[in-house]
Amino acid sequence: MIIKGKVHKFGSDINTDDIIAAKYLVSTDARELGSHCMENIAPGFLQKVKPGDIIVAGKNFGCGSSREHAPLAIKGSGISAVLAKSFAGIFFRNAINIGLPFLELENADEISEGDELVIDLSAGSVKNLTRNKNYATQPFPGFLQDIVTEGGLINYVKKRKV
Amino acid sequence: MPYTIAEKILGAHTGKEGVRPGEFIEAKIDLALGNDITAPIAIAEFRKSGAKKVFDKNKIVLVPDHFAPAKDLRSANQCKVLAEFAREQKIKNYFEVGCMGIEHALLPEQKLVLPGDLIIGADSHTCTYGALGSYATGVGSTDLARAFIDGKCWFKVPASIKFVYKGKLRKWVSGKDLILYTIGNIGVDGALYKAMEFSGPVIGRLSMDERFTMSNMAIEAGARAGIIEADEITLKYVRPAPRKFKIYKSDSQAHYEKIYEYDVSHLEPQVACPHLPSNVKPVGELKNIKLEQVVIGSCTNGRISDLRIAAKILKGKKVSSGLRLIVIPATQKIYLEAVKEGLVETFVKAGGVFSTPTCGPCLGGHMGILTEGERCLATTNRNFIGRMGSPASEVYLSSPAVAAASAITGRITGPDKIL
Repeated sequence: MIIKGKVHKFGSDINTDDIIAAKYLVSTDARELGSHCMENIAPGFLQKVKPGDIIVAGKNFGCGSSREHAPLAIKGSGISAVLAKSFAGIFFRNAINIGLPFLELENADEISEGDELVIDLSAGSVKNLTRNKNYATQPFPGFLQDIVTEGGLINYVKKRKV
Repeated sequence: MPYTIAEKILGAHTGKEGVRPGEFIEAKIDLALGNDITAPIAIAEFRKSGAKKVFDKNKIVLVPDHFAPAKDLRSANQCKVLAEFAREQKIKNYFEVGCMGIEHALLPEQKLVLPGDLIIGADSHTCTYGALGSYATGVGSTDLARAFIDGKCWFKVPASIKFVYKGKLRKWVSGKDLILYTIGNIGVDGALYKAMEFSGPVIGRLSMDERFTMSNMAIEAGARAGIIEADEITLKYVRPAPRKFKIYKSDSQAHYEKIYEYDVSHLEPQVACPHLPSNVKPVGELKNIKLEQVVIGSCTNGRISDLRIAAKILKGKKVSSGLRLIVIPATQKIYLEAVKEGLVETFVKAGGVFSTPTCGPCLGGHMGILTEGERCLATTNRNFIGRMGSPASEVYLSSPAVAAASAITGRITGPDKIL
């Protein structure tokens, strides 16, 4: 899977309340959730997002609550992938389980707001077209890749259930 | 082969003696928990999968506690989804308003979680039950849906970090202060994807309530679990137990990625300042921080001993003029106990309000939302931007003792200034 888009840059410890505030958790609809994504910390973010765009952040992205509404809101906002130096444990699971593409990229600091990236998810490679730089990331272990390629955790389980 | 308690419990649930950090495993779980925010997505996924029956109706717990009693129409709909699913699947452990409590106080109180258990909950503070010597961890709604289907969950085995607390705690210093101090020391990703193990003589003397408070906030350091080995205090709490359980202890040669040792004899009550739980300062360093609201409650500090400490400080006093004090017992049992002991009378006479159990204000749901420019001191667990309402409001975190003292003065205050 190849993703090409412009970068929206965030800092470290972006938490699930930042991604989607709890007052919106009365909905489970990705598009409705997406229409409030990041509104507390980055007003105007949504107006700038175009389909295919990419969030690039620092360490511990998605810390805080277990709400699956957070990766759903990111998907619903039009963002196609998230790159961060590290991800919080539950966000990591949720992103795998619902199929939000993401990669851990140690050099996330070298990427700036507005840069244009090309991500090859299966190869784990990131190309910064604006700065003409290439990065290789650690691909996910086979087990997790299976969940993603089979269309999420539920399909993965269904396929293996006798 | 030596193993930590986390590696032993995860191993036992995959049919092995132990497992190693970094391994991916599929384990059988003992209990799966969902609430009114996370379970509706899980139930929808369960139905979409074509599954008709849950794997075991006795191993699923549903608690409408976040926006319940329903704060509005949409919350009422979410609560109804839980009630209908519980009825249809004959899930016994569904707690309607009236039996309902905040899930992480309720499940231990109902003895639904026991030492040695492997528990998943679609709520990040599921790590609370680690205080009983179990492996309990927060997951997402899709994980919960999967557990409904086949009673299993995938795990990446975390490395363990040991925290050893030595010395003797000063008056008014509690489990909450220990965990705030620890998060302040290691940071909000200081235990990212690790199992924290709390140990040492200070932990050995802590009450179960304070141990729950510590394990509860392990997630605030990024940890997958916050475990305390079961001891006599644990056994006294869980006995008589409704079913068999097993106590696991870490081997003396077990491998820890890091070991932190703290002498906490001189520790002052701690306060986490906006906007991260790691932004921690001793209460004495905070001068003239004026408050509009104080909240005492939550899965972190809404237990009976928390209310007793707060009432002891508030007895015969008045909350500061113009300040709102909101006290929320975590369960119906705690509520009733607080009534019987006269704690409620103390809170009401002091000028506070006493609510039905709910997560409510902690996550900016209801029952005490902050508007622009307002500042709250809460005994809860998170102080992110906009956590309790407006992104232009501020949340500070403390123990019930500091919260009660501060409600009286209207400014962040150490309890030694009052009693």
